[in-house]
Amino acid sequence: MTTLEQRPVTEFVDNDQHPVGYGRMLRKEDPRFIRGKGRYVDDLQLSGMLHLAILRAPMAHAKIVSVDISAAQAHPKVKLVVTGAMLAEKGLAWMPTLSNDVQAVLATDKVRFQGQEVAFVVAEDRYSARDALELIDVEYEILEPVVDARRALDRDAPVIRTDLEGKTNNHCFDWETGDAAATDAVFDNAEVVVSQDIVYPRVHPAPMETCGAVADYDGIDGKLTLWCTSQAPHAHRTLYALVAGLPEHKIRVVAPDIGGGFGNKVPIYPGYVCAIVGSLLTGKPVKWMEDRSENLTSTGFARDYIMRGDIAASRDGKILAIRSRVLADHGAFNGTAAPVKYPAGFFGVFTGSYDLQAAYCHMTAVYTNKAPGGVAYACSFRITEAVYFVERLVDCLADELQLDPVELRQRNLLKPEQFPYATKTGWVYDSGDYPATLREALRIAGYDELRREQAERRARGELMGIGVSTFTEAVGAGPRKDMDILGLGMADGCELRVHPTGKAVVRLSVQTQGQGHETTFAQIVAEELGIPPADIEVVHGDTDQTPFGLGTYGSRSTPVSGAAAALVSRKIRDKARIIASGMLEVSVADLEWDKGKFSVAGDPGKAVTIQEIAMRAHGAGDLPEGIEGGLDAEVCYNPSNLTYPNGAYICVVDVDPGTGTVKVRRFVAVDDCGTRINPMIIEGQVHGGLVDGVGMALMEMIAFDENGTCLGGSLMDYLIPTALEVPDWETGFTTTPSPHHPIGAKGIGESATVGSPPAVVNAVVDALKPFGVRHVDMPLTPSRVWDAMQGHPTPPI
Amino acid sequence: MQVTVTVNGEQYTRDIEGRLLLVHFLRDHLGLTGTHWGCDTSNCGTCVVWLDGEPVKSCTVLAAMADGHEVRTVEGLEQGGELDPIQRGFMECHGLQCGFCTPGMLMTTRALLDRNPHPSEGEIREAISGQICRCTGYSTIVRSVQWAAAEQDGTRTSVGTGA
Repeated sequence: MTTLEQRPVTEFVDNDQHPVGYGRMLRKEDPRFIRGKGRYVDDLQLSGMLHLAILRAPMAHAKIVSVDISAAQAHPKVKLVVTGAMLAEKGLAWMPTLSNDVQAVLATDKVRFQGQEVAFVVAEDRYSARDALELIDVEYEILEPVVDARRALDRDAPVIRTDLEGKTNNHCFDWETGDAAATDAVFDNAEVVVSQDIVYPRVHPAPMETCGAVADYDGIDGKLTLWCTSQAPHAHRTLYALVAGLPEHKIRVVAPDIGGGFGNKVPIYPGYVCAIVGSLLTGKPVKWMEDRSENLTSTGFARDYIMRGDIAASRDGKILAIRSRVLADHGAFNGTAAPVKYPAGFFGVFTGSYDLQAAYCHMTAVYTNKAPGGVAYACSFRITEAVYFVERLVDCLADELQLDPVELRQRNLLKPEQFPYATKTGWVYDSGDYPATLREALRIAGYDELRREQAERRARGELMGIGVSTFTEAVGAGPRKDMDILGLGMADGCELRVHPTGKAVVRLSVQTQGQGHETTFAQIVAEELGIPPADIEVVHGDTDQTPFGLGTYGSRSTPVSGAAAALVSRKIRDKARIIASGMLEVSVADLEWDKGKFSVAGDPGKAVTIQEIAMRAHGAGDLPEGIEGGLDAEVCYNPSNLTYPNGAYICVVDVDPGTGTVKVRRFVAVDDCGTRINPMIIEGQVHGGLVDGVGMALMEMIAFDENGTCLGGSLMDYLIPTALEVPDWETGFTTTPSPHHPIGAKGIGESATVGSPPAVVNAVVDALKPFGVRHVDMPLTPSRVWDAMQGHPTPPI
Repeated sequence: MQVTVTVNGEQYTRDIEGRLLLVHFLRDHLGLTGTHWGCDTSNCGTCVVWLDGEPVKSCTVLAAMADGHEVRTVEGLEQGGELDPIQRGFMECHGLQCGFCTPGMLMTTRALLDRNPHPSEGEIREAISGQICRCTGYSTIVRSVQWAAAEQDGTRTSVGTGA
């Protein structure tokens, strides 16, 4: 038995079209999408299928006095009406969240946020199901809501979670990281200390496809098939088995084409459970698709961190320590989807890209009468908040020291020789050349020239701003010893079968939502085995067809499943080498691998291709002793560490002095995601994150009024950038392979969402320097910018 | 009520409720699921189809309003086994990721190229400003339209653009 080959990382080659391996390659999934032949959940039409609609609470906090469903039941097209009380009889009224809290499937005692699920109707068609909701008569007794997280722990605040035994307040959890005493000591002796309140308001991923499911329970063989908008089909299946008591082998979860996820489709939502219950009770397939308002008001939100930052430095600009206090608003149920030991996600990465002497964070999380969620919107488990926090704080320090923000960063960035670098909060950054990445961004942007232009414009009274962000990501969760979701280890399986003719099928546990897995993973296998990507079928998203794994979020697909795909290919290659030695009648040691074939050392004409080996593996002839027929393999990859992509971003804005309107004129993004598999797809991932970042910085916010009514419940109220609000992106890259990943690759899916908001805000604050502004909270709407120009910037919440 | 609508050159007659939206008529009654639904409020544009040659948001058009009219959807772009240049442009320039907004984007930009074969970047951005894409950041959509414009007048010089 040979061991897995350790091989050097292949140089990135942009060989444009149809590479056998890494390089720019058009996507294998696109031909169906550009023909309108994608297969999304709502496209599914099953014979006899019924439609489900959910009645939701109109207010944020109220006691349910009574629910009368008789009129709805009498509707001629209605097949089923179910209330929370009816679910409670079956023990299904509550379900666990991914954070070991519980969440109501349908409310039984109280409603705890506006939009919460109260009852559902199953009818013959979509419209009738909606009609019948109007016929359900719910009597509520309005309770005082807790809307402001800052007031949630007041002694007289109403208790939201009366369902939790003995609960007398709205405390969710406390969490800390780093060394408080060591950090205080550094602060006590520091020459310069700058403090800043920083709010990262609640936003929403709002994928273009809302969440939904089709449940189909076959009463004869007892099998449940659930097509649903899931980023993690295997995790969902296991949780359904554990919660509903259905045998796991009788549950098939299929996540077909997904119209964008961004973390919104990680949790299990009450609607999925309702669809399952609907199918169990009617014996028919049941479809549930939420509308946009339901998506925005009830499904996984993001952020909602109220932060206080302190940064200590020497007078000459050496950053010494960072301290952070955070008030986290988790909504009515703790629905955070993060590894269990990380209730604040990876916020501990708030020390950023800098070499510090000490760091400390204390966080208090509270319940409020708002929708649950918290980890979503391409946040890499809260690194969005961490990076925004530290990159804003560093700019505040630069302002205090009257240093150029680039100069301050250059004095403090980690140096290449410091890797692997252990941070003061316990993370081990694997690799990077931060100064080189920043230099590349400065070069593309023409930074010095931009500063000259800014000086000229300022002299004319124009408000031009330049913002910088140098960020570190932490993706690829994660090592099993540290990371699990509800007890499920975050390792990923991968299976590879090479057919007799040398074509292959690779089965992944992760699930694409647009990231292009069908292409990228075919390229990974192609690079390892020399089989053309066109000959490799990528199967994913169906628990009956794929090995177990934790799914796609937190930019983990390439770091975890990508590694699995490379290793399973190498396993195949090791076996192929032994078969080749038999075919060529030489020893294994005399064989040389040249992407797609083994040849005899010193006699390159004597060779067998991987396709010929595949035929021999399945053929009638003898195989070397101890070798079984076939050419299939499987692995389960347990990452030894996270991967740490990084980047340097520069944003240029113009602020209209008359209106406060911000125009993003340029955005330069230089990313280092290690080995680059398909540069076209990587660029696309970066672009998508940049538009998110501009959106969050300038316009996106889920706000609430004093009654807890959501003010962002439609796309008329929750603003998302269109093509007119964003510039043509300028991208570049540096390449520092991950030393512990089999192909040196790091994740890239969320770097830009994480790294871009501080660059935009830093640019706007820089533009407002003539007004003495040091900080303005997002979203930087014209009125909020205007307020800042008038000397009274206010937090958004 | 009964409506007769010509969709992608084929005539369909169906009994429908008067309140039925065109997007649901196409998807649920005709099985043409390429047209997507995304927002209810005419903001996202994933439901864009042509009504008598003009792009409309089919989530805010009643099926009854299409009675006696011609509708073209994304499924009607490919003609005789030949992809439309705009479809090829989106593939060549990575103008799509999850694919959900793509049908609407294709219909809008096909209409743009029909009335303006050489749009500037600003004109392309303006044309798609009634639509939302969460994945691409729009630059590659702009490039896709430029690719298609060059392709259809024979001035295209390179395969794809960008990284």
